[in-house]
Amino acid sequence: MIMSKPKKIKIQYFAILREERGVDLDELETSARTPEEVYETLKDQHGFSMSFKNLRVAINDEFESGDHELKDGDTVVFIPPVAGG
Amino acid sequence: MFFISSIPLKPEELNRSLSHPSAGALVTFEGWVRNHNEGHDVSALEYECYEKLAAKEGEKIVKEAIAKFGIIGAKSVHRVGKLEVGELAVWVGVTSKHRAEAFQAAQYIIDEIKLRVPIWKKEYYKSGDSGWVNCHRCSSHAGQSHS
Repeated sequence: MIMSKPKKIKIQYFAILREERGVDLDELETSARTPEEVYETLKDQHGFSMSFKNLRVAINDEFESGDHELKDGDTVVFIPPVAGG
Repeated sequence: MFFISSIPLKPEELNRSLSHPSAGALVTFEGWVRNHNEGHDVSALEYECYEKLAAKEGEKIVKEAIAKFGIIGAKSVHRVGKLEVGELAVWVGVTSKHRAEAFQAAQYIIDEIKLRVPIWKKEYYKSGDSGWVNCHRCSSHAGQSHS
């Protein structure tokens, strides 16, 4: 993992991830560079069942790729497979 | 236009909201909560959504349909919260001059909603079990207990 300058970010959880985490919001300080790196750390910490490859990512309410560079103040959402309709 | 609703949908009002003097066709699609899925007896469903992104992505899909099929108007509403069997979960309505493009656009809208809009569905089964649809297959526990 390539570390970068620590930044404060928010993680919002929905559906299966919200239930597995037990809360709907985390505020954390991280040196992770990308959403994927953040997810891998959180997955180890909280035992999330989903692999990163099955998730989509949103940053500040826009879809972004998993290797998008995070910046201070970002709100990140990991989106499990959707099932509307 | 696309929106999320936490209260029951009223199809007749939604139909009327699309009325337009040059429209010769209205095609609607209603998605209902059914009592079974993949071999399980379903007693209720719960929809959860990431509202800001769902609204944005849903709106984008409706606009794409209007541009792609040359229809007059289109609208879709998705319910969230706990729904019972038989309840209306999603409504799509499309108006156009002639029926062909209205059918195509309605199909496009519902197909894209199912693929792209961040809405999740939790099924409650008669057995007392529950589960998030489409999520068990890709978890690391996949294949252990879903037969």
